[in-house]
Amino acid sequence: MTATTTISAEEAVSVVRSGDTVMVGGFGLVGAPLALIDALVEASDATDLTIVSNNIGEPGRGLGNLLRQGRIRRGISSYFTSNPEAVAAVNAGEIEATLVPQGTFAEAIRAGGAGIGGFYTPVGAGTELATGKEERVIDGVPHLLEQAIHADVALVYAARADTLGNLWYRRTARNFNPLMATAARVTIAEAGEIVPVGELDPEDVVTPHLYVDTLVASA
Amino acid sequence: MSDEVKARIAARAAEELRPGEVVNLGIGIPNLIPGFLDADSGVVLHTENGLLGVGPRPAGDELDPDLIDAAKRPITALPGAAYFDSAASFAMIRGGHIDVAVLGALEVSGTGDIANWAVPGKDVLGVGGAMDLVVGAKRVIVTMTATSSRGEPKVVADCSYPLTAAGAVDVIVTELSVFRLVDGELHLTELLGDATLDDVEEVTEAPFVVSLVESHAPR
Repeated sequence: MTATTTISAEEAVSVVRSGDTVMVGGFGLVGAPLALIDALVEASDATDLTIVSNNIGEPGRGLGNLLRQGRIRRGISSYFTSNPEAVAAVNAGEIEATLVPQGTFAEAIRAGGAGIGGFYTPVGAGTELATGKEERVIDGVPHLLEQAIHADVALVYAARADTLGNLWYRRTARNFNPLMATAARVTIAEAGEIVPVGELDPEDVVTPHLYVDTLVASA
Repeated sequence: MSDEVKARIAARAAEELRPGEVVNLGIGIPNLIPGFLDADSGVVLHTENGLLGVGPRPAGDELDPDLIDAAKRPITALPGAAYFDSAASFAMIRGGHIDVAVLGALEVSGTGDIANWAVPGKDVLGVGGAMDLVVGAKRVIVTMTATSSRGEPKVVADCSYPLTAAGAVDVIVTELSVFRLVDGELHLTELLGDATLDDVEEVTEAPFVVSLVESHAPR
């Protein structure tokens, strides 16, 4: 799809349904789409969500608020530890946790957006995180089969977008955002600044607009 | 562990790094290493959240909320730096393009197995990039104290904590000594400060070969 609409954060997150898988960009809170997350917390009642995000926010910040509302059923992350409340919720059996090495997490999302079903990686072989995964020896090295990750909705943050939905990221706020933008049925991009078409140099576009369905301006 | 001990370990580990090497530094003692690198060291720092060419900590007026390291602390970017997404960053790591990973550990075995991500029964649920780094980096240097806070040896016969990877470690630097893994065999190559062989034997559970050398690391 190439038709990108610019709407409010509240309207944008109304596409999230109970039971959905939602990808959320950011490394900690850097590059996290905080206006979209806040809208999900305040203006949506979708629950039973699977959240795919490197971290589950921080206590009372970002996804940490969604966690406090009890609306997360499962988290797929590399590092729950940055939110002690998320670790406590996992230990209490309130949410299900799938812990994935960070590089495998990133590559699985990339694969999801690129039409790749899965890939073999040596990372995690012979460890607890190999449990239940197919192992195959390639060139003498044990590898694990990792399946691609997809989502119903991706919430991403870009420092700048044009009105078509081309995205430009800033510094280390890029992280998982360009990957997640490719791997969901619906991608909602929050942008720090929205500029007219033609103002982004095509050489600088990191996420081409065909991946982006909806644009939201940061408050 | 005193700051002075941590600094001594970091200072010795810094001597392992050679001009032109691309190095990823973990959280804790490794993060002190930049303080012991000369401005002209030629070492290039990579951070897995998406930057090659990490510079010093920013002065107050240089603080940029979009620019952090993997410990989520503010950093700067040096001239010649490059930003990239998380999949590209871990492709560098897994693909063997990072020369050295320096990281902390809970335990290292005499055959170079490393445990540094999980403590059963503790509120820790995160692996981050640790597994990717120890598998992918060409050289893995562990910086840690010789004993745990409970006084137990950390260089062990077999790791009791969940493994990060098997046979991945090349060098161990503690406050007492330097060990090197040579063909899967542990060698004590250097005593540090006033440490004696007896001191090291007392706190090392793994068997090791004494191969003391006069000089410091190759530069």
